[in-house]
Amino acid sequence: MPPSPEPVIEVQGLTKRFGEVAAVDGVSFSARRGEILGLLGPNGAGKTTTIQLLLGLTRPTSGRIRILGLDLARRRRDILQRANFSSAYISLPFNLSVRENLDVFGRLYGVRDRRRRIGELLELFEIPDVLHTVTGKLSSGQVTRVNLCKAFLNDPEVLFLDEPTASLDPDIAEKVRNALKRVQRERGVTMIYTSHNMREIELLCDRVIFLMHGRVVAEGTPREILERADSESLEKVFITIARGGRIEA
Amino acid sequence: MWGRVGALLLRYLYLYRRSLPRSMEIFFWPVMDLLVWGFVSIYFQKVGAPRAVLFLLGGLIFWDVFYRSQQAITLSLTEEIWVRNLLNVFIAPVRIGEVVLATCLLGLIRAILSTAVLGVLAFFLYRFDLLLLGPALLPYFASLLLFGWAVGMSTMAVILRFGHAAEALIWGTPFLLQPISAVFYPLAILPPWLRTISRLLPSTYVFEGMRATLESGRPAMGALVPALALNAVFLAIAGAFFGWMMNRVREKGYLGRLAME
Repeated sequence: MPPSPEPVIEVQGLTKRFGEVAAVDGVSFSARRGEILGLLGPNGAGKTTTIQLLLGLTRPTSGRIRILGLDLARRRRDILQRANFSSAYISLPFNLSVRENLDVFGRLYGVRDRRRRIGELLELFEIPDVLHTVTGKLSSGQVTRVNLCKAFLNDPEVLFLDEPTASLDPDIAEKVRNALKRVQRERGVTMIYTSHNMREIELLCDRVIFLMHGRVVAEGTPREILERADSESLEKVFITIARGGRIEA
Repeated sequence: MWGRVGALLLRYLYLYRRSLPRSMEIFFWPVMDLLVWGFVSIYFQKVGAPRAVLFLLGGLIFWDVFYRSQQAITLSLTEEIWVRNLLNVFIAPVRIGEVVLATCLLGLIRAILSTAVLGVLAFFLYRFDLLLLGPALLPYFASLLLFGWAVGMSTMAVILRFGHAAEALIWGTPFLLQPISAVFYPLAILPPWLRTISRLLPSTYVFEGMRATLESGRPAMGALVPALALNAVFLAIAGAFFGWMMNRVREKGYLGRLAME
């Protein structure tokens, strides 16, 4: 399913100040249905804060966020019912089995026929044999994929993925990318994706936004960004931006 | 709503099934307390204080109701921080009130189990019959449960705001309140200025009522009125404080930081 013109995420003039520091400074962007949008930038650029603002975990100083046509400030729970999140930096309780963890979150999202859904997702991420394993006994690659199973439990229309492949070896990372591409193709899921792996971004993202000091400094498809920067790789563009360089608007 | 509350409750019950240290909180530590205080009481009885068994064991078992109830809220949410699951819960379509309600229900379950085990053991080991409290037993239990919820909510709000630095409050707060709740001795023992503070706590009325009931054999229901009224006040304040603190936490972005540290 190719990205449709319909905007699913609309962010206008988003600003978050912590005292004198603007972690996010007047950011505006949108993401269309079925689009994977890469949110890039060096550490401290404002990626994590932006995602936390998009999830309603942090309240913006100013600006507006609409997701699935709903105002986040007023309809957060309705949005969260149709969205999900996974990050390399959070985890499911390690002392529960995979089945117990996914069952609990399936209930929280009101998923019907949880057993079937859990089975499908474990198959999708190629870990069907871990169902009854205690989460703490899984390898990091398996844990990441179980986290992704949780993120897909409610068949989300919008998915926020914060460095989901950070701890994975290249083989498993590729499997995860393929699974994400497949879901995007078949279900038209909109994804906001952060990663420091620029090769992965080139392979996966339809469009990228570069953030620096909380501001958008470049936006476009990976190809457009490369052309504008007259560069061979996003990694070089990343380094240029991180070191204070500019690329053409 | 109840589906989501049930799901959260199930998450914590799974934890107790899987984690020996967590199960020990319900059974092992209360039983150890009971053994220590039970033998101390027997000693007091031998040296000429026959009511010591009643008062000390009654105080111990009721104190445990408050303690388990408070801990259910604080430890459940802190557990989510420890296992880095807090964000998963807070980005689910769950109201914060539902999270708190699930932990309160967990507190109820923990308190019932703990009281039942202690009550049976106290009867067989020390001939202390908790049912001597008669019809006052349930309202006393409920009063301490409610106070535990109120203290638990306030403590949790501080932990969400100040993070790991405030975790000591989980265990510290109950012991801050214990000396002024007249758990093991009458209110009259306290100096007058401390009595004034003590009278502001619902727990004080429960323990005073418990001793009066055990002494006279008649349920001292009069103690329940101030206890329940104060509980209503404490719960309202705790709820408002929790809500205000959550607003601050969202404003300052502490939730993400705490959950991803």
